[in-house]
Amino acid sequence: MNLQADDIRSGAPDGAPIPKSDLDAIVVRFAGDSGDGVQLLGSQFSQETALVGNSLATFPDFPAEIRAPTGTTYGVSAFQINFGSRPIKTAGDQPDVLVALNPAALMVNYKGLRKGGLVILDAGAFKDKDIKRAGFAVDPRTDGTLKEFRVMEIDISAQALEVAKPFGVSQKEALRTKNLWVLGLVSWMYDRELKSTMEYIARKFGAEDPIGKANLAALNAGHAYGETHELSGDVAPVSMPSVKVEPGTYRLVSGAESLAWGLAAGAQLAGLEMVLASYPITPSSPILHILARMKQYGVTTFQAEDEIAACCAAIGASYGGKLGVTASSGPGIALKTEAIGLAIGTELPLVVVNTQRGGPSTGLPTKTEQSDLFIAVFGRNADAPMPVIASRSPCDCFEVAIEAVRLATKYMTPVMLLSDGYIANAAEPWRIPSMADYAPFKVEFRKDPEGFHPFVRDEKTLARAWAIPGTPGLMHRIGGIERDYNSGNISYDAANHQKMTDTRAAKINNIADDIPEQSVEIGEAKGKLAVVGWGSTFGPINRAVANMRAKGHDVSHIHIRHIWPLPRNLGALLKSYEKVLVAEMNNGQMLQLLRGQYLVDAKGLLKVSGQPLKISEVEDAIRAQLASA
Amino acid sequence: MNVQSPTEKLTAKDFASDQEVRWCPGCGDYAILKAMHKSLADMGVRPENTVFISGIGCSSRFPYYMATYGFHTIHGRAPAIATGLKLSRPELDVWMVTGDGDALSIGGNHLFHALRRNIDINILLFNNEIYGLTKGQYSPTSRVGQRSPSTPMGSVDSPAEPCVFALGCNARFVARGIDVQAKELGELFSRARAHKGASFVEIIQNCIVYNDAAFAGFTEKAVAADMQLHVKHGEKMLFGKERNKGLKLNTQTFALEVVTIGENGATEADILVHDEKNKVIANLLVGLRPPRFPEVLGVIYCDPAPSYEAAVAAQDAAARAKGPGDLDKLMRAGNTWQVS
Repeated sequence: MNLQADDIRSGAPDGAPIPKSDLDAIVVRFAGDSGDGVQLLGSQFSQETALVGNSLATFPDFPAEIRAPTGTTYGVSAFQINFGSRPIKTAGDQPDVLVALNPAALMVNYKGLRKGGLVILDAGAFKDKDIKRAGFAVDPRTDGTLKEFRVMEIDISAQALEVAKPFGVSQKEALRTKNLWVLGLVSWMYDRELKSTMEYIARKFGAEDPIGKANLAALNAGHAYGETHELSGDVAPVSMPSVKVEPGTYRLVSGAESLAWGLAAGAQLAGLEMVLASYPITPSSPILHILARMKQYGVTTFQAEDEIAACCAAIGASYGGKLGVTASSGPGIALKTEAIGLAIGTELPLVVVNTQRGGPSTGLPTKTEQSDLFIAVFGRNADAPMPVIASRSPCDCFEVAIEAVRLATKYMTPVMLLSDGYIANAAEPWRIPSMADYAPFKVEFRKDPEGFHPFVRDEKTLARAWAIPGTPGLMHRIGGIERDYNSGNISYDAANHQKMTDTRAAKINNIADDIPEQSVEIGEAKGKLAVVGWGSTFGPINRAVANMRAKGHDVSHIHIRHIWPLPRNLGALLKSYEKVLVAEMNNGQMLQLLRGQYLVDAKGLLKVSGQPLKISEVEDAIRAQLASA
Repeated sequence: MNVQSPTEKLTAKDFASDQEVRWCPGCGDYAILKAMHKSLADMGVRPENTVFISGIGCSSRFPYYMATYGFHTIHGRAPAIATGLKLSRPELDVWMVTGDGDALSIGGNHLFHALRRNIDINILLFNNEIYGLTKGQYSPTSRVGQRSPSTPMGSVDSPAEPCVFALGCNARFVARGIDVQAKELGELFSRARAHKGASFVEIIQNCIVYNDAAFAGFTEKAVAADMQLHVKHGEKMLFGKERNKGLKLNTQTFALEVVTIGENGATEADILVHDEKNKVIANLLVGLRPPRFPEVLGVIYCDPAPSYEAAVAAQDAAARAKGPGDLDKLMRAGNTWQVS
């Protein structure tokens, strides 16, 4: 083992030495059994990293099973973090460091590691049966499997057992401190403070709990191991300066948190209380959990009996004059579609959050995908248009949630907000906004009986009047049967149905006048190639386009937030490039939408592996596009 | 728009909307609608604080004919929409109108949860044992052997029994009435509204087109007195033209029996006294079916328990007791750092 800290970096060509001063980002991947506490290890390391002022992006990558059988490859849970002193936009293509807490974790992850990267193994977990169970024919430490990497073997299990012994905890509990031992070691390697983790342990276990004491001891022991052991010659600690960012107060935020807070913020700006009705589903449930603890912010939550009831209860709440919200994921959204049609027909505000996951059907519940664009834009019976907007990152969820509430209340329409499993679980540093920075968009309920009927419309927005039960003089009936344009009473009239269908379409299309024109993220507004993305592929596309431009290529990045209606200028903008490449994590849904809307001969970079897009994949696709005639 | 000042006494007419009623001539729904108009006026409710929510089917057109707030929703989902409304606006009177197909077939799940949660809505299930609006298919309450376009040789599946279902869901208020018995229906509506929590009222309703006379065995004038038992809390369960028949509990079999006072040694003392809070007896009463037994009508079970929306509101209020939350503070709680 001959390891120089200089070699531990992101983006280094395989094996090539890079001067120490260029070390500005590192990708670390923690992997272990689903019961090893890898997610906790990763999120605590992220917290420590955020607190020293590094930029970072994380990628929790875990199986759908809560506790798969020990030692199996399908039970491996991983957490990847990319951190650095430059702005970090993705969780990193290739880890520089892999911590593998058992052979299965090594089996699943070693091929993704950068050549010359560092593998830290728990030697104590490499018994013959564990090695066989992971699918290695022979011990990967002895047969050259890892010859392209630097390997550091530590019997972490033995270390954890030893450290925990004085506290009288069971062997099982002692072994479960492995994650904190590793956190101590890795914190030493990158010069992170242990304080926030110590506080976490104190909060979680209290001062007197022997398990808490054992965990704290393991954390300190891992750190001390780095300091005092022979390691220091091989892995010198790396200190990374903080990233230059806008002044302000920062925190680490996950997409689910920022989305939940954004919904509450949106409701506050609209002057409404909010009712979230949801049914548990991965990866959407954290939104329900977070909002369930936000009652004092005017939020009521309701765990409904099913997805349909959740959507219907949210509609009932909107009918009553609150902001109805329902949050789910693909299969749940499919169940809600009839009810969404009712909200479209009766023109009631509703926010539908769709945290997309791999499909079809149950698909890959814990893995990310962007394959619900079609169901969002088109997935209802009949001509049933609704606005669709997509978040690009954990921080962006806050802004997008506020925008969803604004559109829903201003236009009296359901709005679908697309997030995804990656955004929901990932965390990044967030410059915390202030509520005073946002202009309120207060809802005015109809009170005046003069000239009232339930479908009397605002001339400009075409939104119908929102008159709520309890208002004297405005008693009226609404429903799923087609409504007369001039009275709101039921109508089967042919011309009226045409008019109402046209009006519903026009109302949604008009929103294009109320959203920003499409801008170009990087590059010129015309040229050889535009790479178009939406949602969580923002980071890799943005970095890839920046990298390719730095190499002199004529390529621009366009990121679409408003999926429906699309920005007014988008068609003309796309046509100002010779080529258009749509990069997305589905089989070509945005690609089809843009081709259909604008007759542009766009090509696709399409990936549906359940894993986020890599920078290198986008770069390769850009090269291929620029090289082809 | 009809605007009334809050003090004015309203009549049945004030609760009728200006829309032409589109049920078939002779449909039992007309009688129920009329009873509701009158009953609301008698109760002195305000139309602006009253909401009718329905699903899909003939019965679910009901809200269009009420001069209150109304929401005609989607098939089977009325309990969920009513739940969302009541959660958000607990002060409103929320009525839900549904049918046997809407409530017990496509919407069975939602009805179950609305009842077991005990949310304070008044559920009126119009049971005509047939799908009317889709032209006469058999329904989940149709009796075995029901011939219909989808069961030309007769249906073979065992029917659901609305009141049995409701009690099984732990409903705290279960009642049954007949479409044309306006006075009794009015009393049931009044009791249902007064009951805090989910109130379930099955209304036997005649579909004149697709299932006419389905209930003639106990609704026809000639047999009504002998085939209907109107139960009242604290009163003996007596029926019959001579009011000499009654229900007796067989303590050997734990089953109810019809006895005639003066026959086979039966005396008035043998006849059960109706106790609304007795769930054991309620379970027996809802299981009685003509022609062996009379159809049991009235408030069969009423034993209030805390309602769902009140419990939710109490938690919300407890959380808000220290004043409204400050989002700026919430977002700055925990680990933060300054960049200058």
